Amino acid sequence: MLFNNPDIWEVTLLSIKVSGLATLISLLIGLPVGTLLALSKFPGRSILLSLVNTGMALPPVVVGLAIAMTLWRSGPLGGLHLIYTPTAIIIAQVIIAAPVVTGLTAAAMQALDPRLRLQLLGLGASRLQMVLSIWRETRLPLLAALMAGFGSVISEVGASMMVGGNIRHQTRVLTTAIVLETNKGEFASAIALGILLLLITFLINFALTWIQQRGAK
Amino acid sequence: MSALVEIRDLLVRREKRVALEIEYLNIEKGRVMALVGPNGAGKSTLLLVLARLIKPERGEILINGRPAAGLRDREYRRRIGLVMQDPLLLNVSVYDNIAIGLRFRHISRPESTRRVEAWVERLGIQHLKTRKAATLSGGEAQRVALARAFVLQPELLLLDEPFGALDKKTRAELLCDLKALLPTIGATTLFSTHDDREVNALADRQIELGEGKIHTVSGV
Repeated sequence: MLFNNPDIWEVTLLSIKVSGLATLISLLIGLPVGTLLALSKFPGRSILLSLVNTGMALPPVVVGLAIAMTLWRSGPLGGLHLIYTPTAIIIAQVIIAAPVVTGLTAAAMQALDPRLRLQLLGLGASRLQMVLSIWRETRLPLLAALMAGFGSVISEVGASMMVGGNIRHQTRVLTTAIVLETNKGEFASAIALGILLLLITFLINFALTWIQQRGAK
Repeated sequence: MSALVEIRDLLVRREKRVALEIEYLNIEKGRVMALVGPNGAGKSTLLLVLARLIKPERGEILINGRPAAGLRDREYRRRIGLVMQDPLLLNVSVYDNIAIGLRFRHISRPESTRRVEAWVERLGIQHLKTRKAATLSGGEAQRVALARAFVLQPELLLLDEPFGALDKKTRAELLCDLKALLPTIGATTLFSTHDDREVNALADRQIELGEGKIHTVSGV
């Protein structure tokens, strides 16, 4: 049986680890940058916001190509020997997920009544206290941003394939394994892996939705 | 009466237009002053300047005779209480909303509880403490917004059309309660309004603004 195969669990764990880390890093970038874009006015803000919004629709295969060219041995960062490693996949996935988290964070904050910020400052909040209060107030759309970020990377195949190389025991993740099984004509295995991927995505999103809806009550 | 706030040679522009130009204004300690005037007269702008949420182009504000410029924004704002026309509550419980300014100031929990309990009782909202702010009526929400400012024991209380978003009945009830409460707080109060009844009920002085300038300052 497919699920008795230890390779499957290795691939599944690597998928969760890589996409989970990429989402976490994207959150660490997206939350402050999205907040800055929503709450501050500075020269170039509109251009930056447009770039972020464009980045939300970045094709993973194009990101993969750009990262691969950068990390190839002959590329500018070739000396780091990161190509065909899980780290390379994480880098590519951060570039895919960070604009999603940033853009949705900025949108969530811009949807708030701007007078709320003034009211919080008027109540004596420091800048940090004001931002933390606003994060708390927008916790539901922020969790949605996190889910969208995770969804954009757990399901992508183009970047993982190009920068990871789909190497067994090293960089094979669920999506690249599905492509491999399909190419081999092993459709039953491909479908089983697809169901596993959907199940994992469902369980993680179910957990996040549960947290989100608990906060809504 | 000595001055709590003095404004000198103040100029505020908003969207390239003069929004407020005040040569001199003296707000005496303990007074309840009403700001009246048509829309666009500069009432809200003056309150936001006093809350240091709008930076004037020029001018000086003195607090207790000392230039307020020497105080950091946060330090300055922690001496005032601000209530806007809309309550602007956070999506948490009524209790947490009222206590938020105290938390910003790192007031101890027992002291914070004592003050919140005292004010929910005085404003008749004790039964709402555990309710989420989103479930409150307009009048209830505005009472919470007032309690949130009162617990801070501000030196200067700024109320921007505090009854403006309320229906007639709720407005009358809240006005009646505020009339009884304001003298007990002892805070110097400045509130904006369009309603003469509010001026007569609450204020001892009236500042009439028009096109960003003070027309008259008179007793009520």
